[in-house]
Amino acid sequence: MPLRIVVLTKPVPDPAAAAERLGPDDRLDRSASPAVINGNDEYVLEAALKLVEAHGGEVTLLTMAPAAAPETMRKGLAMGAQRGVHVTDPALAGSDAWSTAQVLAAALRELEYDLVLAGFDTSDGVGGVVGPAVATLLKLPYLSSAARIEPDPAARTVRVRRISATGFDLLEAPMPALIVGTQLLGEPRYPSLKGIMGARSKEIVTRSLADLGLDPAAVGGAASMTAVIAKRTPPPRGAARIVRGPAAESAKVIVAFLSERKLI
Amino acid sequence: MAGIWVVGETNPDGSLARIGAELATLGRSLGEAASIEVTGVVVAPEPAGAASEMARYLPRVVAVPEPAAAEHAWSQVAAQRIAEVVDRAGPTLILTGAGPDGRDVAGTLMALLGGGALVNATAVAWNDGASVEMNVFGGKLVTTSTFVEGAGARIVTVRPNVVTAEPAPAAGAVETVAPSGDLELPLVRVVDRVEEASAAAPIEEARVIVAGGRGVGGPEGFDLVKQIADRLGGAVGATRAAVDSGWIPYAQQIGQTGKIVKPRLYLALGISGAIQHKVGMQTSETIVAVNRDPDAPIAEFADLLVIGDLFEVGKALLAELERR
Repeated sequence: MPLRIVVLTKPVPDPAAAAERLGPDDRLDRSASPAVINGNDEYVLEAALKLVEAHGGEVTLLTMAPAAAPETMRKGLAMGAQRGVHVTDPALAGSDAWSTAQVLAAALRELEYDLVLAGFDTSDGVGGVVGPAVATLLKLPYLSSAARIEPDPAARTVRVRRISATGFDLLEAPMPALIVGTQLLGEPRYPSLKGIMGARSKEIVTRSLADLGLDPAAVGGAASMTAVIAKRTPPPRGAARIVRGPAAESAKVIVAFLSERKLI
Repeated sequence: MAGIWVVGETNPDGSLARIGAELATLGRSLGEAASIEVTGVVVAPEPAGAASEMARYLPRVVAVPEPAAAEHAWSQVAAQRIAEVVDRAGPTLILTGAGPDGRDVAGTLMALLGGGALVNATAVAWNDGASVEMNVFGGKLVTTSTFVEGAGARIVTVRPNVVTAEPAPAAGAVETVAPSGDLELPLVRVVDRVEEASAAAPIEEARVIVAGGRGVGGPEGFDLVKQIADRLGGAVGATRAAVDSGWIPYAQQIGQTGKIVKPRLYLALGISGAIQHKVGMQTSETIVAVNRDPDAPIAEFADLLVIGDLFEVGKALLAELERR
């Protein structure tokens, strides 16, 4: 029985460029860095693609992001997702986690799915609170920290291995469900040349707040519950003290250094 | 302000998790600064033990016995019970951990209560409201944020080791509150809890971390890393390359897709310091690195860099530590 999977993805500043900065409005300055798909989203996308390869079905990417997002969504389509839904609206600039969760939940209400997958967190926000909030708003079973996802489409249930402090918990819930996954789901594939060519003709549907029936005053920057009041650059660490020489001498230097700092 | 609430996470054996004691200490100091009542809340099948532990730090702790938490995923069950007990007469500040359970409960509470969330706090102070310090962009920037007027629930997820747990001069009272009403969110059944032999001390809470990278070369190499960690009373960490190679479990991975840690001492063995790893550990108080390559990026943010073979230096270090 085919599976319909929606994968939440977000374009983020490329962490490898290490050029992230805030703009004068204290919002992320998206012009400062090239955008890429959030790294943790690629693991759940890979899991989604493997699941539809095994069971049949299709993968939809759902993104809430500025107008340029389709450029990064193309990579997900090139990896094998069938289509994209791009929620974009000038009023969404400066959205906080609560606002983001409400908008994604509204967009999901328009879609049909068996599973919604989200990455562990995003490399720019690092909160990991949007996934559980979306599940809660939609009253979906919420399964998190997934290392393995095993749906049983005939029984309409899904099992997840959730990483625990001492091993893992085996969770089970009815579908539809929302699952937050981890890197343990497996290395994401590279898009093939055929995938890249094919992605150009795949559909990306654009939805505005009006399309979703949301009031621009109730979500987005205007409704943000938090504000940055101060920022500072942490003092750079002084250049490392560099030690070379025979191992035994170096070991003595390390021990003296640790002892000096009262670390041993 | 209607009150400050501290979520007490529990360990698998039912005792209070360390983050719960740290948050209780933090909550108490905020409550004193603000002259606002602070309450701990423990939701568990048998919350009494953890609640009385938490009462060592706080004047008042609410224990909610919830049988459903025994066989179901904790966060959504707990969040519903927490949402029932928190005073909603005015804005409420809720502190949770920033780990997997803490962020799950925080996100669920955010949706249940409709409110703002500030995440991964590295410090929380009271300045006519909670002011929350966060390390963003992989530690390149430190921001201080507040909640705007109109934010009802104000949820803050806090990293481990932000404060040291310190009991209050006098222990507080535990109040048991029976769960009221049905659980409305769907329950997720725990079919099995599997323990794995490889499970090690949680690295987020460790005061000392000895970490290995690609240079460690294999699982045998991690034996030396473990020996040094044991000798220093610390936990073992690793880079993604070492985890991807299967030398060490994912739970020990530090960096962009792993954990973010802030130990007092980070000893990096055979770790070049690529940005993806750096974002997980660069706020460590002291960083000591052993690397063959003097031009490795870690030279830019280590306090002490020893140029040499990690096995030779590591063994000599172990011998030197044993001699002390």
